Amino acid sequence: MKNQKDIAKDIRRKALKKNWSMFRQSKLGMIGLYIVLFFLFLSLLQPFLFITGIWNKGVYDPVVGYSEQFQEFLVVECPTEYPTDKYKSRSDCPGKLEVNVKTLFYSDAQVGETIVQNLQPAPPSSKHILGTDSLGRDVFSQVMEGSQVAFLLGLLSATLGVGISTLLGTIAAFFGGKVDAYLMRQSDLILMLPTLPLLFIISAFAELKVWHLAVVLGTIGGLGGSVITIKSQALQVKVKPFVDSARITGGSRMNILFSHVLPNVAPLALLFMVFSVTGAIASESVLSFLGLLNIDMSWGLMIYLAQVEGFIFSGMKFWWLILPAGLSVTFLAGGFYLVGRGLDEVFNPRLRKR
Amino acid sequence: MNILEVKNLDMNYETLEGNVSAVKNVSFSVKQGESFGIVGESGCGKTSVAMSLLQLQADNGKITNGEILFNGKDIVSLNETELRDIRWSGISIVFQGAMNSWNPVVKIGEQIREAIREHYPNKSKEDNTNKINELFEIVGLDSSISERYPHELSGGMKQRAVIALALSCDPKLIIADEPTTALDVVIQDQILKEIRKVQDILGLSLIYISHDIAVIAEMTDNMAVMYAGSIVEMGKTKNVFANPQHSYTKMLLESTPSIVGEKKKLRSLDGEPPSLIDNDNCCLFSYRCPNPTDNCKDRTVEMQLIKFDDEHYVDQCCKDCG
Amino acid sequence: MNKNLIEVKNLQKYFEVSSGVFSRNKSIVKAVDGISFNIPHGSSLGLVGQSGCGKTTTARALSLLDPKTGGEVSFYNEDTSSMESIDELDGEELKNFRRNIQMIFQDPYESLNPRWNIKDIILEPLNIHNIGNLSDREEAVYEILKTVGLTPPENYMPRFPHELSGGQRQRVSIARTLIMKPKFVVCDEPTSMLDVSIRISIMDLMLNLAKDLEVSYLYITHDLAVARYMCDRIAVMFNGKIVEIAETEELLNNPIHPYTKRLISSIPIPDPTYTREEYKVDFNELEGIISGNKEGKDMIEVSKNHFIATHDVKGLL
Repeated sequence: MKNQKDIAKDIRRKALKKNWSMFRQSKLGMIGLYIVLFFLFLSLLQPFLFITGIWNKGVYDPVVGYSEQFQEFLVVECPTEYPTDKYKSRSDCPGKLEVNVKTLFYSDAQVGETIVQNLQPAPPSSKHILGTDSLGRDVFSQVMEGSQVAFLLGLLSATLGVGISTLLGTIAAFFGGKVDAYLMRQSDLILMLPTLPLLFIISAFAELKVWHLAVVLGTIGGLGGSVITIKSQALQVKVKPFVDSARITGGSRMNILFSHVLPNVAPLALLFMVFSVTGAIASESVLSFLGLLNIDMSWGLMIYLAQVEGFIFSGMKFWWLILPAGLSVTFLAGGFYLVGRGLDEVFNPRLRKR
Repeated sequence: MNILEVKNLDMNYETLEGNVSAVKNVSFSVKQGESFGIVGESGCGKTSVAMSLLQLQADNGKITNGEILFNGKDIVSLNETELRDIRWSGISIVFQGAMNSWNPVVKIGEQIREAIREHYPNKSKEDNTNKINELFEIVGLDSSISERYPHELSGGMKQRAVIALALSCDPKLIIADEPTTALDVVIQDQILKEIRKVQDILGLSLIYISHDIAVIAEMTDNMAVMYAGSIVEMGKTKNVFANPQHSYTKMLLESTPSIVGEKKKLRSLDGEPPSLIDNDNCCLFSYRCPNPTDNCKDRTVEMQLIKFDDEHYVDQCCKDCG
Repeated sequence: MNKNLIEVKNLQKYFEVSSGVFSRNKSIVKAVDGISFNIPHGSSLGLVGQSGCGKTTTARALSLLDPKTGGEVSFYNEDTSSMESIDELDGEELKNFRRNIQMIFQDPYESLNPRWNIKDIILEPLNIHNIGNLSDREEAVYEILKTVGLTPPENYMPRFPHELSGGQRQRVSIARTLIMKPKFVVCDEPTSMLDVSIRISIMDLMLNLAKDLEVSYLYITHDLAVARYMCDRIAVMFNGKIVEIAETEELLNNPIHPYTKRLISSIPIPDPTYTREEYKVDFNELEGIISGNKEGKDMIEVSKNHFIATHDVKGLL
């Protein structure tokens, strides 16, 4: 004889299984989920590697690590006129493993000798899977650090934004009248504001750290367009018979708002949350890229450094400074979006194919 | 002369949870000029049968067995182009809630014209206008309705226009699937009278599908009772009502309140309709039957309609239930 | 003890509708245009009419969901042994009063909160009105589930509405409605969305419970046959007004108002051998009654407890 708790657990399990199998039907959703899980794994991998000592923090720390990469170079003297039989044009001298004696300021080496120099940024090698940047820091470690930042930032701002918009949207739907009118006008106003320029302005007045950014993004997002959508959903719930039933039973307005209307608006809010993570990650990378963010390490910052140090225009010569960071932003932001699409199919029965 | 013969029709829907057998071994025939009723509750398969006849079922529905002979020719194996010839000019259908399927931005007359043009592209505009006016007269609508938009008409008028649309290409057989559900009882009465009148004038055959046995009693010459995808009893309407054999039929008749006659105690069923996924071929009603025999619990007795009396068939399981 | 539980006099519910550019044109829709009836203790009244006649609006006004535009609604107050108008009730009194009126809705799929389990749904009225302690309340839920036929109760309490069938959901609605032992229940077509074969079981359940708990009810339906099965008296509503009201068998055997006659003659009969009489709308009898209405009354009693409305319906039928 099963008691209530067991039956409740069974039912919960069955419902989860059903929702999960529905989600699995959505190819987009599953791709998105794999991407998100992959980056989640990366975020967790880095502290794991440090804690277990597999990685030496001194070498692999994404901000202060340093890895020596020495390379032998042959000292040559570049001629003044070209072409010669050794070099075809000016850009061929010095060659790949050669260094021009005229550029050596700190050494007495003569032409024909080999000297050892530090090679940063170093291309990928067995020690550093994605190479190092110009300060000798491991790029793969930086990608993992950036992943942590992206998750924290994204989820923090999304939660805040969704919390605000759900509350405001439901209140607008429920109370109507002046409250509704005010909230809708506020929403319109915020919708009009261009987010990024606003962030630029804010960063001019105050130093923006990551969690500052999260709060700002969350608040702006929460007060904006999603209030309107949540309000329309709340309006639909408000006129359902079970709300009437609660009123007839004698429930107070607040009671009905929080126990009946809000829980039924929640699935839609969850959907919004997933989508807004995308925006948060993208915004962070743009801001870091423009150097407006006070942050130690993030994907946007990686690209910023690459640009400031002139590596962006080197074509594919220093690809490991640009591609990992850029692709990470694209993939993780896109991954969350796809998860949102998959969830949409679960929550919105009309989108289901079967 | 049988205008439609359905033989051993099987139709399944493939869903996430499995194969749903919506129509199981259904066989019936409709004579020319006759009214055939299919009665059953929601989920019994009556709408699935209607959709299968014109192959209008959902994408995940497949006819896995059986023949549908329209005027002697099998239409199950036809391809989409050949089917289009039959649809509307051979067999037409009035769906449930059809009055809401009018395009709101196109005038009524134009929408009917569109249907006619599909099948008779060579007719002149004047011919079509005359035809539409004729149709409207038959269903009791004023010819000015042609120039109106759907939102300007009442529910009853829209439904009559739907019937006119169904008649527009001179079909031999009309399938009406709960055509009066959303309408008031007074309007329903008028529409049913119109349908009978149309049948008489044009010599049409009609398949009338409903869950309301009162309407079936008044509108049909022959009828079939469906439960969980199979026909459990079939025959001349008068016979089935006067002498119902199957427990389900008896139950349906005894659970309908009426405004005439003595006020009597009515019966009801317990439990719920069965799942249609992966069933055997035995009687699915036995779980809810108020007086099951040992036969019913024996899962080797397959469902099969056998002749009980002249023009009266019942599933062999219930033959001796009495 | 006054024999009436509810007295409704001239209930009105009007809606303002604006149309035209900038909502300039305002017109008034008289959804309920002055209806009156009484329901004695422990008895039932059927309100029959076609869609748009105002019956659902009446239901919502009576159960205090929407405020009425005019008219008087009085309930019998046990403490004072007299009829008390609901207008005189304020906040706290109103909340207490709500224990006595409940409503069962038509749509079994939308009348239960999909995110609450069955136990919480039925517990809610007890929680709102603070009845007993927690274990008393759970006990009450257990008992009422048995009463409405959802056994064993422990199987149903943790479930969610979407796991139940339509019939089971209506039983839950009935349980929730009756757990407070109200005096008056408004039933808004509770079986019209259920399968035909299970309607009777739900209707029988309601009839039995009404008898056991001495509950009066207003049963709203478009189906006269259902009203016959469920109600002692029937009121026929048309275009916002009641046109005829009488005891059930009297109404069916001896209808007088042309609208009632037309309604009755349009209902299909589940018997292929029965031929319905056609009815051609004829106002002579009504006009005779109206001309005899010297006092200008809205409703005239044509025989014991059988009333006919006197307003003009010529253009509407």
